[in-house]
Amino acid sequence: MITKTPNLNRRSFVIGSATVGAGLALGLKIPFGASVVRAQDGSPEVTAWVVIRPDDTVVIRIARSEMGQGTLTGLAQLVAEELECDWSKVKTEYPTPGQSVKRKRVWGDFSTGGSRGIRDSHQYVREGGATARIMLIQAAANTWNVPASECSAVNSVITHRPSGRKTTYGKVAEAAAKLTPPEKPALKDPTEWKLIGKSVKRLDTMDKLSGAQVYGTDLKLPGMLNATIKDCPVFGGKVKSYEAAKVTGMPGVRHVVKVGDSAVAVVADTWWQAKTALDALPIVWDEGPNATVSSATIAEMLKEGLSAEQAFVGNQNGDAKAAIASAAKKIEAVYAYPFQNHAPMEPMNATAKYTPDRCEVWGPTQNGEAAFAATMAASGLPADKCEVYKVHLGGGFGRRVAYQDYITQAVLIAKQIPGTPVKLLWTREEDMLHGRYHPVMQCKLVGALDGSNNLTGLHMRLSGQSILSAVRPEALQQGKDPLVFQGLNPGGDFAIGYSVPNLLIDHAMRNTHVPPGFWRGVNINQNAIFLECFMDEMAHAAGQDPLEFRRKLMSKHPKHLAVLNAVADRAGWGKPAPRGVYRGLAQMMSFASYVAACAEISVSSGDKVKIHRIVAATDPGYAVNPGQIERQVAGSFVYGLSALFMEECTVKDGHIEQTNFNVYDSMRIAQMPKVETIIMPSGGFWGGVGEPTICVAAPAVLNAFFAATGKRLRTVPLKNHGITLV
Amino acid sequence: MARLTINGKTLEVNVNPSTPLLWAIREQVGLTGTKYGCGIAQCGACTVHLDGAAVRSCVMPVAAAEGKRITTIEGLASGGVLHKVQKAWLDKEVPQCGYCQSGMIMAVAALLKDTPKPSDAEIDARITNICRCGTFQQVREAIHAAAKA
Repeated sequence: MITKTPNLNRRSFVIGSATVGAGLALGLKIPFGASVVRAQDGSPEVTAWVVIRPDDTVVIRIARSEMGQGTLTGLAQLVAEELECDWSKVKTEYPTPGQSVKRKRVWGDFSTGGSRGIRDSHQYVREGGATARIMLIQAAANTWNVPASECSAVNSVITHRPSGRKTTYGKVAEAAAKLTPPEKPALKDPTEWKLIGKSVKRLDTMDKLSGAQVYGTDLKLPGMLNATIKDCPVFGGKVKSYEAAKVTGMPGVRHVVKVGDSAVAVVADTWWQAKTALDALPIVWDEGPNATVSSATIAEMLKEGLSAEQAFVGNQNGDAKAAIASAAKKIEAVYAYPFQNHAPMEPMNATAKYTPDRCEVWGPTQNGEAAFAATMAASGLPADKCEVYKVHLGGGFGRRVAYQDYITQAVLIAKQIPGTPVKLLWTREEDMLHGRYHPVMQCKLVGALDGSNNLTGLHMRLSGQSILSAVRPEALQQGKDPLVFQGLNPGGDFAIGYSVPNLLIDHAMRNTHVPPGFWRGVNINQNAIFLECFMDEMAHAAGQDPLEFRRKLMSKHPKHLAVLNAVADRAGWGKPAPRGVYRGLAQMMSFASYVAACAEISVSSGDKVKIHRIVAATDPGYAVNPGQIERQVAGSFVYGLSALFMEECTVKDGHIEQTNFNVYDSMRIAQMPKVETIIMPSGGFWGGVGEPTICVAAPAVLNAFFAATGKRLRTVPLKNHGITLV
Repeated sequence: MARLTINGKTLEVNVNPSTPLLWAIREQVGLTGTKYGCGIAQCGACTVHLDGAAVRSCVMPVAAAEGKRITTIEGLASGGVLHKVQKAWLDKEVPQCGYCQSGMIMAVAALLKDTPKPSDAEIDARITNICRCGTFQQVREAIHAAAKA
């Protein structure tokens, strides 16, 4: 099993922490000089972000990966805003990680996770656009022999205002590319934005309507063979033996190869032939000590953590334990959240070609640089002999960001067949059995109310997995995984929205052999259920309206409160709902955005839930493309509600039991509620969009379920309670 | 060997007759717009038309498709003009990652052929494709828009 992003040799490739997580901290000096850097078609690069062709086509470079979330369009909008180019002539392209290494990471971080595409790169991509605009105007001014201050640019047309002379970007790009760039270009004030904040259409729709869009699975290279793979179903296990002779004579089969010490792949002319042969291949596994682990043993281990002495403190003020001890009323509950698979529609895949002098990889990855590092490590070749070409992703959701295991496998297979490109595509079954799962977590909450039913204390004990321990142990803080506390922190991008006089939130780390990964929303998904459902529990115990109970704790958190009020107002909280319809609320701060939801549901026969409407509000600070934000919000609820109602990966004899969508279901259109999105950008900060709202879906629905039935559901998924979404 | 009529062209395909139609289309014919998602007819990413009806090609042996008209996403537009479903999809900007959308569009095109003005209930009953990005709200809007076109 290959679970980790390979470590990098710092001498050959310094990318530090950027492989999986933290934001870019390196300076982005753009290397300019008299020599013009050219794109493949010979067009000049004005800055690393902007190539302009003689016909005025503007090619904007995008370092992050497009996987449906719309970052390609949003980032292009940021560059184009400052560039003042004609939006209808904008195209985009991915620079390669190999080029990035050669050019001292001129495009910054490639990692596409944590809803960071725009919020972490808005400054330098806008500067890339502004720098190019200044250089283009200067080039035109030089041609006319006039001061640049007398010239301005709109829509790719440069005008010398006093004389009315005009030229276009395409005509001066060559000269502009030779100029020395300005040191620190001034950026527009948000009040001057014309393109940021506008719902322009996505740049990548057309090819997705005709079958023309090439995903990793669709790649074709001359002489390419096709492979599929089986890794030991028990994580940590190995291949003991396999009988290649039983399948080498089957149609199309070319090679049967061992991959690492835990997997076997069949390489054939076509993928279907490879799959047919692999199905017939007898493999004996050495499952190792993990073969005794089950969901029950894992749950037992987590349960012990709920009352363990030792725990990492994530947020603390006052003395929660004393407040609880002296409470007039004490409320207690235990919640649990399961392993879940990302299950992107496109199973894991990558294509690799290896020779002793060069290794090239084509793959749908959320992190080109990590894929590059994986290629170097698996091929054993240095950076200057490797290259990765990013291919469009059929969904990512975090599966393809911290782990490049499928890239590593493709290279290890190709290495055994030098000179032949090999496309590795997993079956859905392999994808389900070898996910990097949403971490498993339990939570015990104890709340204290005084004689007047004021909340005086709250202890929230988390017990379960740490993602950082698995993917980036060097980022642990004296053993503590700070990401576990997403949405519960005293401040920052994941700040709790309540002031509790005596608060303790701590984590008993209990890791399992099942590898955890960043799963759209990450830890805030379970934290939102724990906190927001328990808030409801405490409100009811206090005999108060859940909205009013929250409001009393939120006066110091005006932005949290604003989104909560917005959904309550729009949904008509406090006013009668239609007959049989019940409401539930939730709010969180998530990936630097403030989000809230109000769900309206009805329950029939006690176990059939219909979600009629969800009102969702988000304050992402600046809203770059409201139309796309609306789509991300609606889409995130499909992911979040599928997770709430249907999704659980259980462990038996050390392996995951669910192998396909027949036992790991996902919402269909019939179950889709009407989502009304309120986008309320308050300005002054850049919050994420792809993930934040997912976390409020589940608690809003669970709280509505309580309102409807008086029954509190504290474990996910709801199918385990016999409940179905209709 | 199998003789297939795909998007108006008839061709001989050198393939074991038990091979799923999906893989013959993708690997022998070379049309990759039709996607592999699950291989067990659950997700609908592999949806194509067989004599105008939507079928999930990942579980249909190629032999069962012989002598029938197969239409894939690549054959839906005619003469460079987008099908009304594709047009509605473009107007409403339905796709996110887009991987499931070939199958989704083919399923909707077949629905509108026999049910030109589907109700929401008819949409719910007939469109059962999985989309993990969660485009359903836009899918529904676009179906109604296409029905009006």
